[in-house]
Amino acid sequence: MKWVRRAALVVLVAVFGISLFVDVIAPQPYARQNREVAGEPPSADYPLGTDDLGRDRLSRLLYGARISLLLALAAAALSVSIAAGIGITAGAAGGRVERWLMQATDLFLSLPWLFLLLAVRALLPLNVSPHTSVAITFALLGCLGWAASARVMRAGVRALSDSAFALQARACGCSRTRLFLVHMLPNLRPVLLAQFWISLPVFVLAEANLGMLGLGVAEPLPSWGTLLRELENLPAVTDSPWLLAPAALLVLVVSCLQLSFCREGVST
Amino acid sequence: MWFRTAGRRLLASLGLLVLAGFGAATLLRFAPGQSADELLLDARLSEDSRESILRQRAAETDVVGYYATFLRRVLEGDLGFSRSLNRPVRELLAERLPVTLVSVVEGLVGGWGLALFLTLPAAMFRRPLLDAAGAVAGGVFLCLPSALLALLVFLLGGPPGAAIALVVFPKVHRFMSNLLSSAAGSPHVITARAKGLSVSRIFFRHTLPAIGPQALSLAGVSVSLALAAAIPMEVICGSAGVGQLAWLAATGRDLPVLIAVTMLIAAVTLAVNALSDLAAFGWKVQPS
Repeated sequence: MKWVRRAALVVLVAVFGISLFVDVIAPQPYARQNREVAGEPPSADYPLGTDDLGRDRLSRLLYGARISLLLALAAAALSVSIAAGIGITAGAAGGRVERWLMQATDLFLSLPWLFLLLAVRALLPLNVSPHTSVAITFALLGCLGWAASARVMRAGVRALSDSAFALQARACGCSRTRLFLVHMLPNLRPVLLAQFWISLPVFVLAEANLGMLGLGVAEPLPSWGTLLRELENLPAVTDSPWLLAPAALLVLVVSCLQLSFCREGVST
Repeated sequence: MWFRTAGRRLLASLGLLVLAGFGAATLLRFAPGQSADELLLDARLSEDSRESILRQRAAETDVVGYYATFLRRVLEGDLGFSRSLNRPVRELLAERLPVTLVSVVEGLVGGWGLALFLTLPAAMFRRPLLDAAGAVAGGVFLCLPSALLALLVFLLGGPPGAAIALVVFPKVHRFMSNLLSSAAGSPHVITARAKGLSVSRIFFRHTLPAIGPQALSLAGVSVSLALAAAIPMEVICGSAGVGQLAWLAATGRDLPVLIAVTMLIAAVTLAVNALSDLAAFGWKVQPS
């Protein structure tokens, strides 16, 4: 199965590369409206056709990939940082601090993830500029998605604290700070990386869900979630199969992420 | 021992529920624009009425007081009033809860049924092809956002619970498949097979007791998954349940509805998880 993972990695590198250089590659700006060609089928000028406002679908798909992927990466980095802070503090401190932090974690885990996102998103301003909506979505995913990872981090710290090398270091008079920074933190890196890779596809899917429900990235900025909303028009989908391109790209990227990184993350 | 654990679990769940409510109330009080009231824009209001509204809003800025009043009202059966739907929240929940429960139960039965249909024969009769088919199907469904799954089911004319089933299925399948394969490789099951015990006897007497507690915990988690999947499913399929109500409250910033739905969902999730944990604990401690 090694070749499958390699192929998945190649696809991911290609998609990430395209999304990074989208300003050069995209045929048109994502927001340019050509009213005279609105709702056109694919052609040489518009390989995926145009939407109701005459915007080039291919350009919007490429820009959308950049926003969704970068957003998921940033949110995963934020959530893993929060999880590391909470999990490591709980595991290292123990006692009452650990109990309180784990209660807070349980509190976050007591609500279904999508519902929690929806509820907290509703409490923030809805009518905001597109760039603010990206920042809000990123902060929301990052700040609410840490709970499960924090539990794993805390378990990792506890396991390391009880390990032979930590006991020996403590017996040799190693200070708590040194023990943590020099001996434990390097050993926690694989756990942190694993949590980062595991949360990446979760955040890509969460952004798509929020976007489809109209609570994600705001127009005219494209993201996979907002692009998927076009599928709600059933007759248009059956007559125009190219509308499925965002869904196909999303499935491709998420499955490649699962195949290449999640397995690697879990194995570390 | 079981009763002590049950008591502790119940207390912890109640504590978490109260904390969840307090968290929701705090967010509610500090939500941007919460202090503004469109009522104040009504030109017919007299100065006294305006001052009365402002006094009422000022009293609500004390989070602890607000939450205490909210809890007292909840105990009296008053869940507040929906501004956007212009109806008491209790009425809305009573009307919509059965719709969500039906689709969640349908989804759980469908998801678990499909997962067990593909994993059990694979584990009992060693048919890896079925398990592989389930893994591929599960992998595909795992890569789709639940809103898109709901849309596909709706476009294909499937029942509302089918979308929930497709969200629950891959997670249950993956977990059950791992559980069953590790149980099948355990020494006592290999010994039983070597001694020539029948497939059903091995499964019901040796494999099932070993995986029971974890399967029960998974059942609890799958309820939470199904509830989360109910939101996009009800929004996209136009099913008038609690998920759709939460979405309407979110987009309309109807915060009293949102806090009531948050408490309800937290209560259901905590209760189901506590029950499944206690059942799993009871299974573990029962003498064999």
